[in-house]
This record gives sequence, C-alpha cells and structure tokens, in this order.
Amino acid sequence: MSEQKQEMDHSQYLVSIEHERLSFFTPVGEVKALNDVSLHVAPGEVLGIVGESGSGKSVTSYSLMGLTAYPGRIIGGDLWFNGHHINDMTEKQFQKMRGSEIAIIFQDPMTSLNPVYTIGNQIREVIMLHTDKNKQQANERAKELLTLVGINEPEKRLKQYPYELSGGMRQRVMIAIALACEPKLLIADEPTTALDVTIQAQILELMMDLKKKLGMAIIIITHDLGVVASMCDRIAVMYAGHIVESGTTDEIFYDPHHEYTKGLLNSIPRLDSVNHTKLVPIEGQPVDLLNPPKGCPFAPRCRSCMKICLHKMPDVTSFSPTHYTQCWLNQKAKMEAEGTLPAEKPAEEKKGGDAQ
Amino acid sequence: MSDVLVSVQHLQQYFPAGGHGKNKKYVQAVDDVSFYINKGETFGLVGESGCGKTTTGRTLLRLYEPTDGRIIYDHKVLFDSGKVPLEDDYGKPVLDADGNPQMGKKSKVDMLPYRRRMQIVFQDPYASLDPRMTVGDIVGEAIDIHHLAKSKQERYDMIITALRHVGLNSEHANRYPHEFSGGQRQRVGIARALAVNPEFIVCDEPISALDVSIQAQIVNMFENLQQQMGLTYLFIAHDLSVVKHISNRIAVMYLGKIVEMADSNELIFHCVHPYTKSLISAIPIADPKTARASKRIVLQGDVPSPLNPPSGCRFRTRCPYADEKCAAEVPEWKEVRPGHFAACHHLDRVK
Repeated sequence: MSEQKQEMDHSQYLVSIEHERLSFFTPVGEVKALNDVSLHVAPGEVLGIVGESGSGKSVTSYSLMGLTAYPGRIIGGDLWFNGHHINDMTEKQFQKMRGSEIAIIFQDPMTSLNPVYTIGNQIREVIMLHTDKNKQQANERAKELLTLVGINEPEKRLKQYPYELSGGMRQRVMIAIALACEPKLLIADEPTTALDVTIQAQILELMMDLKKKLGMAIIIITHDLGVVASMCDRIAVMYAGHIVESGTTDEIFYDPHHEYTKGLLNSIPRLDSVNHTKLVPIEGQPVDLLNPPKGCPFAPRCRSCMKICLHKMPDVTSFSPTHYTQCWLNQKAKMEAEGTLPAEKPAEEKKGGDAQ
Repeated sequence: MSDVLVSVQHLQQYFPAGGHGKNKKYVQAVDDVSFYINKGETFGLVGESGCGKTTTGRTLLRLYEPTDGRIIYDHKVLFDSGKVPLEDDYGKPVLDADGNPQMGKKSKVDMLPYRRRMQIVFQDPYASLDPRMTVGDIVGEAIDIHHLAKSKQERYDMIITALRHVGLNSEHANRYPHEFSGGQRQRVGIARALAVNPEFIVCDEPISALDVSIQAQIVNMFENLQQQMGLTYLFIAHDLSVVKHISNRIAVMYLGKIVEMADSNELIFHCVHPYTKSLISAIPIADPKTARASKRIVLQGDVPSPLNPPSGCRFRTRCPYADEKCAAEVPEWKEVRPGHFAACHHLDRVK
C-alpha cells in the first residue's frame, strides 16, 4: 500500500529523489558524498545543479542511472525515474533504461568517445541496442541525428574516427548519441567546461534548440553560473552533499538567501561593470568529505556563522513553493518574522550568534 | 607617459611539425606579435585554446627560443633575430638618416640574471609542483639557484616570507604538495615565483583549474601583491570576465596573431573587431534577465589549424563580414582610437 501512495506522489514528476544518502566506502573511511538530497524534475523542465567539485552534483545524477562507481553505495532514500524505482533495479534493467529513457553527455568529449571505433559505429550501437532497426536503418537514423546536431556532410563523418574531429564536433556527436532514442531525460554533466567560449555558445544554443524540438527534460550540472542563468528553469545549489538552496532561476539570482549562494554570486567578476570593484571571495578551503564538519558543512566558511550552525544541520526553510534553503540564519529570520521563535533552545543560540 | 618594462616586437614562434626540405611544416603558434607592458601594469592576453597566448608568454621569457622578433626588458634587448625593424617603446619604427627602417642587431643574452626578475605562475597547480619535494624546498629552489641566501637561516626566513605573502604559514613549509587543495597549491606556485623578488610575473591561466569560490581569492591575492610589491603582470587567460577584472589593458589573440588591443573598459564596451565582438557576446552572463534579452553572435565552425592558417586575415573563415579582400591581404594594424588598435579590413562595416 505504501508503494502505491508513493507512486501517486511521484506521478507528476519525471525524476523524484527523496532523501538520498550515498557514501563511498574507501579504505581510509566513509566519504559521505550525498546527505539527504531531495530533487524533482518535471517532464520538459531544465534543472541546473550548481556546485564546486566534490559537492555531489555529478554523483546525484549518476546514481539516477545506476552508475555509482564501485566503493559507492546508496544507503538511504528513494529514487524514482519515470515510474521506475531505481533502488531495486537490477543491472539488466538499468541497461535497458540507459540510452533509451535517460541519456548522458559527459564533460570531456575527448575521452568519452571510443577512439578505435568510427563515429557511425558508435551511434549505430545505441540505436541497434534499443530498437529493432537493422544496420541500414540505423545508419539512416545516424545520418538524421548528425544533421540534427548541426554536423554537415554526415555521410563522411560517420566513417571518421573521433581523433579526426574537433572538441566541439565531438561534443555534438556525444549529443547525437544521447538523443538517438529520444530520451525523456538528458543529463549534461559539465557539457561545455572543456570547450572554448565560442564553441560553448554553439553547444548551449544547440541544446536549447533540441529541447524545444524534442521536449525532453534536462539536468545541467555545472559550476558556471553564467551557463545556468540563460538555460535553466530551476536551479539547485549544492555544497558538500547537501542542497543548500533551490529555487527558480530568478529566485536564485535576484533573491538568494543562503550565504553560500550569495558568496558564489559575489565572487564572479561581471563583464559589464564599468568600475573596478573588488571581488568578495568565499574565504577558506572546500570541505574535506572524509571529516565533514558537524552541523552545517558551510559553517566554517560562513560570514554569519552562529553557534548552532556548528552543532546541528538546519531544516528546510521555504520562502515560496519553489524556493527553499537549508540555513539556520534563514530559519531564524523566518521564525522571527512569524513570531514563532521558540523561547527555549534557539533563543540561547541566538545569543551565541549575536555575540559573534 | 609611464615607463615601459617589457616590450615585444614582431615576435614569431614556429614549431617544426614534420616534413623535410621544402615540405617542412611548421605550426605557426605565434606570428608577428607586438605589444608593450608598462611598469606596474597588468596586461591581459585572451583567446581560445590554441591561439598562442601561452606560447607568447613562454616565448617572452625565452622558455622557448623565438624563431624571429625582438624582446626588450627594462630597455635591454634580451633577444633579437636581426631580421625585424627596430621600433621605439610604443611601436613606431626607428628610421635611419635616409628614412629607411633600421634593422636590429642579432643578439642573445644570458637569461639567468633576468630569470630572477621575470617569473611565471603556471596553469595547473597539480602538475607544476614536484610531488617529491616539500613546499619549503619548492619555494627555496629558486633562492638556491640565484644564491640569494647567505645562510640556512636566511634561506628559511625568505621561504617563510614568501609563504606569508600568499596566505600560508611556516607549518606548511614541511608538507608535500599532495596535502594541499587546488587553491592552496596555486598559492604555493605563486610563492615560488615571489621568492626571488621578481618585478614581472607571467600568470599563465593561474585560476582556470580552480573552483569558482577559490578563483576570487586568488584574483584578489594577485591584486594585493601587485599593490604591495609593485609587480607587473602579463595575465593570460581564456576567461574574458576575469581578465577584464584584473587588467589595465587587454589584447585579444586569434590563431597566433593579436587582433585587437585596448584599455580594458574600452575593449569590452567599444570593441571593433568582429572576433572580439563575438567573443564578448558568447560569454554567458550570470544574470538571467540580461542573458535572456541579449542576443548571441554565434560563430560558425571551429578554429582552423595553425599548421595551415588561412591566407590574408586568419579570422576570415569564421567571420560574418569576410570577402575577397580578406583572403588576399593581411589586414593592417591600425590605431582606431588613441591606444586602441585593431587589425581588420572592414572596421567601418562592423557594427
């Protein structure tokens, strides 16, 4: 019965991750890569996941495809994708799903294509695996796909090897492979980080075009706030395996609440500013996930850290149906505004906070 | 006018790439590049990968021996191929009595004394530090080479001073590079450059390998160090917004040539070269409303190979304004406004 209820909850979403916990059990200890991550993606929506290296943004989306690397294991939470309960899927079921319902573009187009097979071979492989097309039909489809992603002379390209193509072209081929079976969800893991800006502009434009044509949902993983600003409907900001703030693109950029989001936005130089203003960096070093700090992981680098931040992870504070953060400061502010600040424990901590 | 510290004239760097005799091929990494850097100034060099910006920086330090051109540092000629016309600090040719341009005299100097004054910070902090040396030894190596310390104590003090400058402390001197995060390693790389009290530092993509939140720390540190120690920088990066933030003047490179050069605000807001325009419009703006409103000029195609660059203007294969003239003639290096240079045949047509 409980299963039925869950399915009802998730039917409106394509992806729904509830309280996911994932750890890597390495010889030196447990690395808690994801701590209570919850995410939803509606069909046709573009979600951006922003964070530094090691914040868990790639791990989250890989786990959705059953691609968690060996010492890693999902140790809690529920993952739903398009009606599948990811947690109890077998490798065989994953193989059926990958490439047909969910596809991924990796960061480095130089290493994600196989150097000893032709482009045509690699595109056909996906098509023939997931459909009952024969080689000839698959070849036709591959040509179509290359045209779709803006590669001219597809006939000639199909016979070429990856080393004969430039970085931008290879990324286009990767996109063609990903879209071969018209997936419902496309995961783009730093799709343009390895590319030059002018090529990045081409690829981003192409992705948005294809989204309009094919209507799939996209999860874009990136550390570049510029990329998400122009493309995404919603953004989730991750830090040390937590989603610290999530909201629509406008909410995140114009009304950020979490100190980390604010810090990120202040630390990037703007091209269109005339005066020279000093950047405001986030001080300190990224967290060591082997020994994460107790309480809020961002506390050691936070400008307005309070006493409680060092002891306890804050709950979710919502500002609108789409916008929430995980921050004691926000929670306190909201409770004060509503007059619901409990007199006992938090009051003590409030004093601690003021003293700092 | 301020004092020119470094000046590069008609610098050329060709790398041999196979072939024999007549068929010998060259990668034309840097071709006829000229610029000057004033004392205490930050000069930014931007461009896409493979455009020759890193090669320019390294050739300037004679880490690669230039194939042609002249390098002048603090009014002393470091390298002269003897085949390029003499120029004054600001690029005006020096004429002899008959009004013909004068050629330089072929010369090369011993770089060791200059290595102390000119330093470099590399891009990848993971690859540029020897994993088997402690941070103290990495920083101290340059001090040893130049015999700057008279005693062990003095050497140690110099190392600690260099580490303090970059926000590290004496404890860090005994650790190995693998014990540090990327941002801290880059600090070590900078401390190594600072250890010998240089005047001029080539910063070769010093922040590209770092996380966004750490980039701002390092950029601010470069700025503070410049103020404290009166350093001059050549700042090489592909990220135009960072270069714009830190630089006084910027040069944009494309396929081995500088296409436009100006003061940083002038370059961003009043650029004239079609490549600079598309480069600026391609940068994603971290502001959703502006990003949605702005129209990108998306360039078609990829950068051609420097083994066989297009004739005439090298940008013509991707340029929306290109015509026959661009294929036939190399565009002239013109001063558009005072201090603002560009090389393009169709400056009047570019909007």
